[in-house]
Amino acid sequence: MAAVDFEHRVAFNPMSEAEASRVIGVAKRRDFLFAILGVFVLVLSMGMLTALIVDLLVDGLARIDYDFLTSFPSRRPAQAGILSAWVGTSLVMLTTALIAIPLGIMAGIYLEEYAPRNWVTDIIEINVSNLAGVPSIIYGLLALGLFVYTLGLGRTVLTAGLVLALLILPVVIVATREAVRSIPLIIREGAYGMGADKWQVIWHYILPAARPGILTGAIVGLSRAIGETAPVLTIGALTFIAFLPPSPVQPEFPFLNFDWLTSPFTVMPIQMFNWISRPQEAFHINAAATGLVLIAMTLTMNAVAIWIRYRLRSQARS
Amino acid sequence: MLPAVAQESKFRPTETYLARRRIIARLMSFLLFMAAAASVLVTTGIVYVLVSESWNFFRQVSLLEFLTDTQWTPVFAEPRFGILPLLTATLWAAGIALLIGIPLGTALAIYLSEYAPSKVREIVKPLLELIEAVPTVVFGYFALLFLTPLFRMFIPGLTGFNLLVPGIVLGIMILPYVVSVSEDAMRAVPSSLREGAYALGMTRIQTSVRVIIPAAFSGITAAYVLGMSRAVGETMVLAIAAGQNPNLTGDPREGAATITAYIVQMAMGDLPQGSLAYESIFAVGLALFVLTLFFNLVGFFLRRRFREVY
Repeated sequence: MAAVDFEHRVAFNPMSEAEASRVIGVAKRRDFLFAILGVFVLVLSMGMLTALIVDLLVDGLARIDYDFLTSFPSRRPAQAGILSAWVGTSLVMLTTALIAIPLGIMAGIYLEEYAPRNWVTDIIEINVSNLAGVPSIIYGLLALGLFVYTLGLGRTVLTAGLVLALLILPVVIVATREAVRSIPLIIREGAYGMGADKWQVIWHYILPAARPGILTGAIVGLSRAIGETAPVLTIGALTFIAFLPPSPVQPEFPFLNFDWLTSPFTVMPIQMFNWISRPQEAFHINAAATGLVLIAMTLTMNAVAIWIRYRLRSQARS
Repeated sequence: MLPAVAQESKFRPTETYLARRRIIARLMSFLLFMAAAASVLVTTGIVYVLVSESWNFFRQVSLLEFLTDTQWTPVFAEPRFGILPLLTATLWAAGIALLIGIPLGTALAIYLSEYAPSKVREIVKPLLELIEAVPTVVFGYFALLFLTPLFRMFIPGLTGFNLLVPGIVLGIMILPYVVSVSEDAMRAVPSSLREGAYALGMTRIQTSVRVIIPAAFSGITAAYVLGMSRAVGETMVLAIAAGQNPNLTGDPREGAATITAYIVQMAMGDLPQGSLAYESIFAVGLALFVLTLFFNLVGFFLRRRFREVY
């Protein structure tokens, strides 16, 4: 039908030159306007991000000093600090990394290298993709119902580390799969040709070559875990902690101590949330300062990830 | 490790070496499978916890009341459990987020996929990712203490806690995601279609609207659906800036607790395990899970479809 219309128009209504140039002019102007619109959206969203950062800087930068980083929270806003919060964050992140990174790499390698094409694999694939979209607060409910009560782990560093590990597992899995998939076939074939078996190929060739890609995924995942608030709030982490968990290292044999895993804790985003919820202005300043420390950490981690990826790509090109 | 081969031309691996290698290979393929299967265990755990706790809840509160009652007053002496106030607040916020995220996201995706030179694209995409790197609690701070006071100067009747501002912030938060999924879909459209359109004298905007968007339709829809799922499940911005008071309202200038904000608020209050209020957070959590699961599955199959077409 459209074709017939087109023929008629061409055959019986040839445009005059003036009309044609008008139509083209309109089309070109629209094209240009749209390009402007695209740039405008870009500027708008970046402007929002800038406004957010500037707002935090204005409110909170002056509050960050040595005392702020080395003091416990307090009822008096001017004396309060984030010592227990950043120590808690570090310990929770350590737990998360130790669980999520090995597990995610293993699952990713299985899906990419071993998984047969059948319904079991299909279920695992759909499952991973769905897990990536499950709201973080649902993970919090999982932790509350299963880890805190049924398994009796309590409201501890271990519970928080575990739930955040599950939360970022899909990120690590997807990154591992992409990294493994992008390794040139020639490396694999060379290794097989030398008589290596499948696991030897993976361990000695695939994993080392995939390391930067996997590292990127792990960093992005951990930066997400650092800022996650909802699941940690849901397990009922305390907001006022004026002591530190036991140190992971000790001077006596065996030098490592795992009591910190079962210690109560708080983390930076929760400390920030707590201070936002207070009515006094002075606590909001503390919140801004905490937010500044948080955002500095996540942005740095993401910048590092972006840099690694950029280097990878320019290496692949040369 | 393989023994060095070069020095011995009649090299044969020893029996013990081969046996050890076989055992390691078998062990590793089993361990790797267990790791992948563990991810299924997570979903099973989620479903088990939500369903078992909700089961106790629904033995005391009828499903009909849960879905139709217009009051949510779990800690009153005579508690009422109607999810409607929480659900409408959730949908208001997510709706406003989509109203912002879809047009802006689509425009930016078209710009990046069809207009921008590859150098611009390579700079812009990481910058957009930085938006995703901002912790949600920080966005909450921004919404409550910067944007809300700002918007109250222009919008009469806007209260200190409201659904409008967090909705807008949510829109910006899902923007990078909507852009990256829909741009993926647009770039997957074969360039022969694009070149055909150009050859007919179409401009870039005509090509985008009449050729690229229809061709990438399922992928773009997937981006919207997955964006919706994220907006519905987002917690901290709403818990901070939309207030924690269940409120069945048709006016986004008012504050109202969303499903997620309610869960956070209750979980912080140190609920006794087994109480009806404790079980209620799992019941609304189940509703939220079902809602996002539906969006995620639709999104998953839509994305898979556009990958199959091209």
